[in-house]
Amino acid sequence: MKKNVYITGVGQSEVKRPSLKSAEELTVDACLEAVSDAGLSLADIDGVACWPGDNNNGAPFSPIGPVGLKTLLGLDLKWFGGGYEGPGPIASLINGAMAIEAGICRHVLVFRTITESSARQKDKTASTLGKLGAKNGRDRSNLWGNYTPFGVHSAVMLVAMYAQKHFHKYGLTSEQLGQIALTCRANAAENPKAIYRSPMSLDNYLESRMISSPLRMFDCDIHCDASTAIILSRKDCAKDSSRDPVLIEAIGAGNSQPWSWDQISLTHMVARDVAQDMWSKTDLKPNDVDCAQLYDGFSILTLIWMEALGLCEIGEGGRFIEGGKRIARTGEMPINTNGGQLSGGRTHGLGYVHEACQQIWGRAGARQLKTCNTALVAAGGGPLGGSALLRRGDI
Amino acid sequence: MTQILPEITNINAAFWQGGKNGELFISQCDDCEFFIHPPSAFCVKCHSRNVSAQAVSGDGTVSSFSVNFQKWLPELETPYVVAIVELKEQENLRFVTNIIGCDPNSVRIGTPVEVTFENHEDVWLPLFRPKEFGAET
Repeated sequence: MKKNVYITGVGQSEVKRPSLKSAEELTVDACLEAVSDAGLSLADIDGVACWPGDNNNGAPFSPIGPVGLKTLLGLDLKWFGGGYEGPGPIASLINGAMAIEAGICRHVLVFRTITESSARQKDKTASTLGKLGAKNGRDRSNLWGNYTPFGVHSAVMLVAMYAQKHFHKYGLTSEQLGQIALTCRANAAENPKAIYRSPMSLDNYLESRMISSPLRMFDCDIHCDASTAIILSRKDCAKDSSRDPVLIEAIGAGNSQPWSWDQISLTHMVARDVAQDMWSKTDLKPNDVDCAQLYDGFSILTLIWMEALGLCEIGEGGRFIEGGKRIARTGEMPINTNGGQLSGGRTHGLGYVHEACQQIWGRAGARQLKTCNTALVAAGGGPLGGSALLRRGDI
Repeated sequence: MTQILPEITNINAAFWQGGKNGELFISQCDDCEFFIHPPSAFCVKCHSRNVSAQAVSGDGTVSSFSVNFQKWLPELETPYVVAIVELKEQENLRFVTNIIGCDPNSVRIGTPVEVTFENHEDVWLPLFRPKEFGAET
């Protein structure tokens, strides 16, 4: 199987709660750092991919899209694209890789900016679903309009029902689930950019207030302002850059179920479709993975991804993470080594790719793993999901 | 604006407004009898275009649930139960709703429930209450 797409550089702005910088400044910071990291100049960039793009509304969930970036940086492009409807928060990475595989682009700048923290400083309800989807009290969204009439003001209520199902079917406990939050916090302590770095105990977790049972406050990620950028390069062009690139070994984007939070599997969402799709495209196996950067918009999603991706048996996630040793940086399957979104900040997707590359390139500082040649990234919840298997390149 | 209502369309009107006459309508294939939700114009099972809204029993069980405690909007009254209810007519025929008429902490996965409707403007929200708490069974 031909594999032609490499990550040649990454960049990230400051990650703050909130940042005093504008969305534009954060975006320029991240993109210029990534381009420079790849040993390229802006003139080399001929593609831009973003998820979800600004969708003509400039919402703090994604204030700058591909066209905004094109104008901001004065780019001369062969292709650009964005939009919410794709395989989750790393759809941009997948789209960019496809643009390269299709022979359209040489170097694609993939980016995501988010300013939910500063938006919530002005209006605490800025990110509630009703606020986003409803006009004059009527929700016209084909997706959310099925849920918001029943008081579903946040995805947490839908995700909480997946957690409840896991508790019921597999015997998952709060003490076990809490290890996701604890592990992220312990990793954040070694990440200078992480939002929350003070130690968290299991008691702290269990005492945190219930948001939507069985999910507590510390099961929910934390809004921030940040921008993250990734440079994808075609195999022959990747040789231009100064460092060994990271190969995109395989991508998972499969989806066999309805695009819906309540019609899909309540125990494994779309994650098993995605995982099956990804593993079918590589000879590598789950035990080749040195670390996993798994979506933790809500803690249970990380656990569901672990099971779906075969990092532990289906239904065994709770027992696998119990005590936290296996998923610590010194464990057999380190997860979310930069603190994830639970403690690092809700960079929402590309943050996982950024951290995976830092680990592979040995640039993760105090949180650097002893060995990291292969990293697994997966992002999304409910019907949204995509994954990528990344490994040290061999050009 | 605590109560958000759906936009009524030709396709979804029966589902959101059937409660006016006390009935829950679900899209069903006229050819293979497969139920489809959310409301649709196409049978994903046999690919028939003969799909129409049909009244169902309104009985089901709680597939999963969450008790919401967070005040997402200042005027929101908490706690309340968000649930996914599976109707007895077909495996995995289910949708998001609320469980009312009981102590939120008494709801369990598998609890038998029956539909009840709550009217807002031109919408009758299909909500559910535990069967053992219902007036009739």
